[in-house]
Amino acid sequence: MIVATEVTGVLAAALAIATICLVGALLAAAWRLWVGPNLADRVVALDMVSMVMVVFLVVFKLVTGNNAYVYVAIALALIAFLATVAFANYIDRSRGDSDE
Amino acid sequence: MSDWIAAALLVAGGFFCLVAGLGVLRFKDTYQRMHASTKAGTLGLGLVCLAAMVKAETWGNVTEAFFVFLFMIATAPVGSHLIGRAAFRARIAEAPGTAHDPGSETFRSHTTPGAAPSRPLPGE
Repeated sequence: MIVATEVTGVLAAALAIATICLVGALLAAAWRLWVGPNLADRVVALDMVSMVMVVFLVVFKLVTGNNAYVYVAIALALIAFLATVAFANYIDRSRGDSDE
Repeated sequence: MSDWIAAALLVAGGFFCLVAGLGVLRFKDTYQRMHASTKAGTLGLGLVCLAAMVKAETWGNVTEAFFVFLFMIATAPVGSHLIGRAAFRARIAEAPGTAHDPGSETFRSHTTPGAAPSRPLPGE
């Protein structure tokens, strides 16, 4: 089971529900990343995937009690923002005739 | 008591993240999908961070969990605005029935200073 042994009761159930919801969100964003249909949609889906990963890391912090996950979440948020800015600059120059 | 509060916040946060994912999957064009991922996703992240703050052991951990949310709420609108702006200027396809403000075409045809000369569009 994904929930660690020291987390019990209602909090463990809530963590399991939140994890299932996040897996659903991750699958939906990954599907949009796969099918496109154009580059801007894929960048939006990649942004969504990284945001769900940040939420996952905060949930993992609650599951394990290890506060290092929060630092990883902060760093991942920074990297995701830089990737989004770089891709937006690229779309701006490509004029949308990239991969259709 | 704090277990119940954190559990409610976690379930709500997971629900909003799921709604954001469904929005990214089901909406019709890039601009609507961007709307779903930014607003609902940030709200889900904020609720889960609030749950982490409720269950934190020390005030330092509360501050760190708050920094995650602060950083995401500072960067998500900026990144989303940049993608929307670039998609509009690159003439990414819009859903049928999208209305434009008068004068937005001049912003759209404007080229980035210093950018490479762009190819002509298929329709031109």
